[in-house]
Amino acid sequence: MTAKLNGLSTRQQVMVLYTANSALDTGVIAWSFYDGTGKTVHMAGDQNDPPYSTGLDALLDGWRLIQASPLISHVSGDEFRTDYLKYEFFFEKMVEQINETEGK
Amino acid sequence: MAKPVLLSSEKMAQFASRGFLMMEGVVPKRINDQFLNDIGKVPESEISDPMSYYGKVMGTSAIPVVNAGLPLSDAYPNDNALSKMLALPKVAGAVKSLVGDAPNFDHHFLHMTFPPSFYEDSSRPQASQHWHQDSTIDPRQAFDVQIMYFPHAVTAKMGGTRYLPGSHLRIVSEAAIGRYQNIKGQEFVTCKAGTLLFMHMGIWHGGGLNLSNKVRYMFKIRMCPTQRQERLWDTSDLGNDHYEQRPIFWTGLKGKTNPIHATLTTSEPWFEYDTGRLEYINRVLFWRYLLGDDSFDADYWLTRVENEYA
Repeated sequence: MTAKLNGLSTRQQVMVLYTANSALDTGVIAWSFYDGTGKTVHMAGDQNDPPYSTGLDALLDGWRLIQASPLISHVSGDEFRTDYLKYEFFFEKMVEQINETEGK
Repeated sequence: MAKPVLLSSEKMAQFASRGFLMMEGVVPKRINDQFLNDIGKVPESEISDPMSYYGKVMGTSAIPVVNAGLPLSDAYPNDNALSKMLALPKVAGAVKSLVGDAPNFDHHFLHMTFPPSFYEDSSRPQASQHWHQDSTIDPRQAFDVQIMYFPHAVTAKMGGTRYLPGSHLRIVSEAAIGRYQNIKGQEFVTCKAGTLLFMHMGIWHGGGLNLSNKVRYMFKIRMCPTQRQERLWDTSDLGNDHYEQRPIFWTGLKGKTNPIHATLTTSEPWFEYDTGRLEYINRVLFWRYLLGDDSFDADYWLTRVENEYA
């Protein structure tokens, strides 16, 4: 059996950046990667330095912003409560990938 | 039994601010050796995957099975390594300072982190544990303490526990934070044998990736207070000026620094600009709770927003 090329298709790479305030040009404080190409594997605690200093730097490097967390009013009586990271930005890159299928 | 060595006010403020205290190598070798001998042994030839290893270790372990809610002092027989560990003056003093004279036992567990060889026949790929906060959403001001006991030395390669200093006052729902992979300021335990990490129950943490050739063990004991956690530590070092405010923002070049105020208002690398200030407020509220005094403030964060007139 030999591998058979079956044309090109695209896969999504997702990067999530968490910034210090709601502006894309502030510093990154947390980040995640999920690679739909399967070429890299990322997990909790695998990096100590952020991939970009700011969200804007990611745009300059070709990442497309697909979702940003909204600004939510503070609930009366619960104004000091802190919970999840507040400024979350989802980015994507579509990557062309050669499909390989098993063939004779 | 030797007299417990209580925590100082500065140590207590560090716990209030960052949510943990580390005691490096505090447990002596004889207790570590006894504990490692007690945990259960499985021949390497019988290892097929992590879950079956857990089952086999639990079946051969001398670690007692203890009901939740029992007084901690009754949880372990006197000659047990864990009983000896808890009786060490510095350990007994930290427990007394944080959760009082008579805490209850909640649960304990032997955490194991497995090297790559354990995954060769496993359908699950080797991965670090997602970030999580233990138990469930817990909005109390009262707090439980978890002791993480590292009975052997932990090297960077062994994937020591990852934790996020200062995350303990965030009210989240257990593994809901699993989406985050890396957070600025995250720390990883590397330590000498016999190190203890005292953690507020709210600290975000997760097991690391073990790339060594040895199983890594960490034993966790959770304990709950049975009394109000007010001034349980050694407060003799609290100065009379503890309540005095210091200059803020425009501080000159030699502003006098109150160590407790400074500790409660020290930022973490992951703090957002706005919620970082809320963290200071929540730390001050926590310190008020520990002091039993609602008049305390640091750097005017609460006084400013409480300044209302009927």
